[in-house]
Amino acid sequence: MSSDKSSRCERGSERSARKTVISKGRVVDPASDFDEIADLLVDEDGLIEALLPGGSAEIGDAEFIDAAGQIVAPGFVDMHVHLREPGQEYKETIASGAKSAVSGGVTSLACMANTDPVNDSAAVTRYIIEKAQEAGLANVFPIGAVSVGLRGERMAEFGEMYEAGIVAVSDDGMPVADSALMRRALEYSRMFSLPIIAHEEDCGLCQGAVMNEGATSLRLGLKGMPSAGESVMVARDIELLRAAGGKLHIAHISCAEAVEMVRVAKRQGLAVTAEAAPHHFTLDERAVEGYNTNAKMKPPLRSPRDVEAVCEGLADGTIDAIATDHAPHHRDEKACEFDCAAFGIVGLETMLPLSLELLRKGVFPLSRMIDAMSSAPARILGLDRGSLAVGRPADIVVFDPDAEWTLIASELHSKSKNTPFDNWTMRGRVTRTLVGGRSVWEQQV
Amino acid sequence: MLEVLNAAQMRRALTRIAHEIVERNGGTEGLALIGIRTQGVPLAERIADAIASIEEQRPAVGAMDTTLYRDDGGRLGSAARVEPTEIPFDIEGLTVVLVDDVLYTGRTIRCALDALVDFGRPAAVQLAVLVDRGHRELPIRPDYVGKNVPTSRSQKVQVLLSEVDEVDAVRIEEAGDGGE
Amino acid sequence: MAVSERINRHLLGLEGVSADDIEVLLDTAEALTEVSQRDVKKLPTLRGKTVVNLFLENSTRTRTSFEIAAKRLSADAVNISASGSSFSKGETLEDTARNLAAMSPDAIVVRHPYAGAARFLAEVVSCSIVNAGDGAHEHPTQALLDILTIRQHKGRLDGLKVTIVGDLLHSRVARSNLYGLKTMGAQVCLAGPPTLLPAEFEQYGVELHYDLAEAVDGADVIMMLRVQRERQDGNYFPSLDEYARYFCLDEDIVGRAKPDVIILHPGPINRGVEISSTVADGRYSVIMSQVANGVALRMAVLYQLIVPGAEGIRGSTLAATGPATGAAATGVVVADATAAGAAATGAVVADAAAAGDGEKLGAATVAMGGRDGS
Repeated sequence: MSSDKSSRCERGSERSARKTVISKGRVVDPASDFDEIADLLVDEDGLIEALLPGGSAEIGDAEFIDAAGQIVAPGFVDMHVHLREPGQEYKETIASGAKSAVSGGVTSLACMANTDPVNDSAAVTRYIIEKAQEAGLANVFPIGAVSVGLRGERMAEFGEMYEAGIVAVSDDGMPVADSALMRRALEYSRMFSLPIIAHEEDCGLCQGAVMNEGATSLRLGLKGMPSAGESVMVARDIELLRAAGGKLHIAHISCAEAVEMVRVAKRQGLAVTAEAAPHHFTLDERAVEGYNTNAKMKPPLRSPRDVEAVCEGLADGTIDAIATDHAPHHRDEKACEFDCAAFGIVGLETMLPLSLELLRKGVFPLSRMIDAMSSAPARILGLDRGSLAVGRPADIVVFDPDAEWTLIASELHSKSKNTPFDNWTMRGRVTRTLVGGRSVWEQQV
Repeated sequence: MLEVLNAAQMRRALTRIAHEIVERNGGTEGLALIGIRTQGVPLAERIADAIASIEEQRPAVGAMDTTLYRDDGGRLGSAARVEPTEIPFDIEGLTVVLVDDVLYTGRTIRCALDALVDFGRPAAVQLAVLVDRGHRELPIRPDYVGKNVPTSRSQKVQVLLSEVDEVDAVRIEEAGDGGE
Repeated sequence: MAVSERINRHLLGLEGVSADDIEVLLDTAEALTEVSQRDVKKLPTLRGKTVVNLFLENSTRTRTSFEIAAKRLSADAVNISASGSSFSKGETLEDTARNLAAMSPDAIVVRHPYAGAARFLAEVVSCSIVNAGDGAHEHPTQALLDILTIRQHKGRLDGLKVTIVGDLLHSRVARSNLYGLKTMGAQVCLAGPPTLLPAEFEQYGVELHYDLAEAVDGADVIMMLRVQRERQDGNYFPSLDEYARYFCLDEDIVGRAKPDVIILHPGPINRGVEISSTVADGRYSVIMSQVANGVALRMAVLYQLIVPGAEGIRGSTLAATGPATGAAATGVVVADATAAGAAATGAVVADAAAAGDGEKLGAATVAMGGRDGS
């Protein structure tokens, strides 16, 4: 393989006909409770063939990857991504989003339905899957809409979309405001075992609001969203779940009260799961100071107390998964008055170093981190991913947990550059990403 | 450091100026003094006092701040503090004597003349200064001078008044003299 | 040192502005009140300077006040308002700002419906920005003229009890007054219904009251805020009538204050809603001197920001502080513009602002990364 550039993406059409040996890395697979220095063998079909003691594998003519001093883990599964295609290709395309993903170690992603047209039919679902296959980098799993056109009125055809390949349903970007619709969706989704991913926002409480409600919003004169704007909906949906059954997944959980509700619901045995976004455990509302539009998102960056609660939730498993809520926006949608700016930031390429920061702070051990980034989301979506068990597809990330680098927004692989982490010194970097045994990303260090 | 006027000399100079003003204007009728902030204001008060001890009547005294009329703000190194201009009488038709401590380039006086016409149309404007140190850059000449002090441009003329500085004196400092 | 250097050549708000700077502005305004009594109400100070009044939200009073202030200092005042500007044709604020900047104004006075808009402008253009009200954030010149009015009537600010009443949540005037009054040593007390007076106001070290009479007790100054009819639709209170029942300042309540209390109102007044007619027209009311002070105060602000020959100052500051690296210096601009401006950083800021339009937005995140970064 030529490597004249510092990093490289390979087209998916090139099939690997060789075996691959990832040598002497610390292989961490929470799904099989494995954590040892080992050689990982991938067979010609792109499946995991064997895990052998470090340095013992016979290389032969296999593709050799030296992972000494690095961590080898199941490729990350980001269950909350906005790819913008079809409809808003100026922000992101499936191809650019997939490239951004693999450069951040994400081998599988689930993309939200709020495209234009909305993914509320099998036609759109199939379009996304085809486009993703053309791009050939990451595995893309579409999420269908709960309601037709995300309008919150009539239920979309879950069955048709399910057969076309969706892995969950969500109106993300919008809450399902109508409780009756939410109830029916939970009930109906049981036919297909589809989780409902809930964007929890009370429209009345959050109307016209642009950041967290609190001391900072008061000082800046910006309209705030109270935590209750999220937690009342979490409470409602947990109660609907209790009555209706199904699977409820709370998207981008951000406030302490909501985390506690999920904790209690889980204890009661309800089929509820949750995810948190790296920005919600890295930044708090003070990042908005100076009217930084790259600190504007939904749910908003909360108080330091909420950040702590999210960390605790990740540590004790109340929050199952880390998901980026990767939300690309064009520069013009951010270079404006704070009130007018679009909500959301890109996240695929910063997920690993920001999560490692929690590891370094002692919030969780490495195995839990990888569980939250790979195994848990795969489990929630019912994907045959997120594990390095023999016979599984070889979706693998190799990363150096201590490599320091500076994030330069303009150099992101995503089409959009809306990140609040521009110029941050990051620690931890993906050096190699394999999808189905193929090397799709390589970072020279 | 050279002292060019001590307290007694300053008092005599101001008394002489008072006499000259009265003599030249034939009394105090239609006469007003306007001191230029900051040092010109106490000097105007003292001259007015001296005039009052000569004549029966003390002329009206006003105060003027010329900061906002300056054309050299930048060279001052900063935007100076602005003090109020207080002219509690109508200058229309009066003979106004502008009073300042040191006459140098003449630019401050130009500012004062600009400012004065914004308040009305005096019959005549005269200029009294305690020290004339030369180096005029504008066609301006004083009508009453306490003392002519030839200086070089690098020298600094320091006027101390008891109202603020506890002593009355005029001193010349070389550049970098440090003073005090 | 000139006030212009210390407040970074912009007046974006009173948060973080020092007592010294406020005092210089008040003193200057005081010195300038006399100009309005002259026959010739004009000073040559800002001759040849251009002041753009960019009013993207309606406000005849404030705009007129700034326009008169600019004209009394001989500056050329250009008014751009929301209707009729390209802004109403969908031009972004960034484009509007860059277009204006290309015309080399010396200052832009901006009124905007959104919080942070003045600061946004300060980041994209290189001239002085005066915030004439941005959303619910700040309205520093209104607060300064209120504070000037109080000082004129009371002779001091330190130790006064000032009660601010009404829609604190949405009031930029209240926020600016809060910062200014606290900085000048006044004791501030806030009163309003809990919907308009969130507990987060406690972060300023002020007293919160839901009972008007209690709040007014022993006050030296009462500042009434205008109540917007729209708030009724947001259910912040049931009706203007009910609001008036609890928060209308009448003679009885004024009686609880000190006998020499003065009453301020930024206008326009809703008679019978936040203030009764007898009180509005009564002997305590200083509303008219507020209006008169408005012009002088705005003259003072324009004068202190647009120093004649200011380029000379910046040049010498640059030499004095040594070579400031672009990123670091612009970082300071952003970090410093609302935070307390120490004199030393203020100097650097003057350079950064002179450095031109480049990369200020990027610098905002640099500054933030510096704080939160690993």
